[in-house]
Amino acid sequence: MIVEVRNVSKTYDNGRGEETHALRDVNLTFPKGQLSTLLGPSGCGKTTLLKIIAGLIPRNAGEVLVKGKPVDGPGPERAFVFQDFALLPWATVLRNVAFGLELRGMPRPEREQVARKYIAEVGLKGFEQRYPAQLSGGMRQRVGLARALAVDADIILMDEPFSSVDEQTRRKFQEDLLDLLRHHQKTVIFVTHSIEEAAYLSDQIALLSPRPGRVSKIVRPNVDHSRSPDEIRRDQGYLDTVDEIWGMLRQYV
Amino acid sequence: MLRDGSLGKAYLITAQPLLLGVALCGVAGIAFGIGMGLSRTVEWLSLPVIIILQAAPMAAIIPLLTYMYGIGLTSKVLAVIMLAAPVIVMNSYKGIRNTPPSLLQMCRSFQGTRAQEVLKIVLPHAAALIFTGLRLGLAMGFIGIVIAELLITPTGIGDLISYHSSTADYSKMFATIASVVAVAAISLHLLQLLERRLFP
Repeated sequence: MIVEVRNVSKTYDNGRGEETHALRDVNLTFPKGQLSTLLGPSGCGKTTLLKIIAGLIPRNAGEVLVKGKPVDGPGPERAFVFQDFALLPWATVLRNVAFGLELRGMPRPEREQVARKYIAEVGLKGFEQRYPAQLSGGMRQRVGLARALAVDADIILMDEPFSSVDEQTRRKFQEDLLDLLRHHQKTVIFVTHSIEEAAYLSDQIALLSPRPGRVSKIVRPNVDHSRSPDEIRRDQGYLDTVDEIWGMLRQYV
Repeated sequence: MLRDGSLGKAYLITAQPLLLGVALCGVAGIAFGIGMGLSRTVEWLSLPVIIILQAAPMAAIIPLLTYMYGIGLTSKVLAVIMLAAPVIVMNSYKGIRNTPPSLLQMCRSFQGTRAQEVLKIVLPHAAALIFTGLRLGLAMGFIGIVIAELLITPTGIGDLISYHSSTADYSKMFATIASVVAVAAISLHLLQLLERRLFP
């Protein structure tokens, strides 16, 4: 288990002296080298949980262990991919992808060389000198992914990375993502509200119930990811997983 | 007036307190605005002063400046500063405060330090708004200097306006006023062009 979440709770003060329970006693483990999804309806605290694992927001109780060690803030073994891409609008694709390395003080020629490699891997070769505003939503998120890959973290945390990407682009991107992640042997924790996306991508799906957010069920889809994307989408195991999850989630909607 | 050089001479005199005032605001005002944006304490201390400056009736306060600082350059520079400072400070402050939270989280997620956060994210993000503030500050400065030159002692453009008005030479008076509008409009437009070039 590369990441363990133990008894994590998070409450927000709603400004009227009352507390909103975003998460209550969440226990979850994430196996190394696998893609795990946090799935649930809006307001179930899945993004909150991901940001707690990332060390970006503080928790009220419990602990997060990464490779067996408790963590309290961001670390070099975790990289985050943001829902709204979080690209610097005044920087080129090249500088954006190299930005994580720039913050670590890596000299410019070296970090640009690394960045170029990952820009090519996510399929953006030739766009190095473009600015984010000149790219489509899908391309911007590829920049966000390349930036996370460039720092060579073992764990990639992705917060609804495809939610502002159109459907066609999303499918292609999902396929590319699976290829890339298997190639690099990354552990991925992925937040989504799309059942199909979770069933298609994941080795493990944690279903969260809303208010307070808790883990209601762990599903391990019976899907052979080595098959082609089109075969997976027609696979009985995939379709059964989608049905099973919907059966459990519909009570919260 | 252009030919006899009186207009040019007047502008040379007027430009001095105007540019001095705007330049002082440019340095101190931007620094102040950035400080307010970055620190809650500085914000708590200075925001009320800025709001008072914005709301105060300038034409009524300028005679007070004369009473305190005399009729020299100091009072006129101060008049320019009092009008130009609020927009310059507020724009710098807003530019800093409006940094998208996800960019800050991004910087933290890659273990950026607070210094890196300010230098690589907050300041570049605020730069465009700070420059807009400087441009608006110059516009306010034009208003300030003309009021100061009319109310404190007639020098430069203010002198030309009040002199031609006292001799009932209204065509020259209005020509001077029109020239102020033209000079202000042209210099603001040039700054806007520069702004578009720097922050596309």
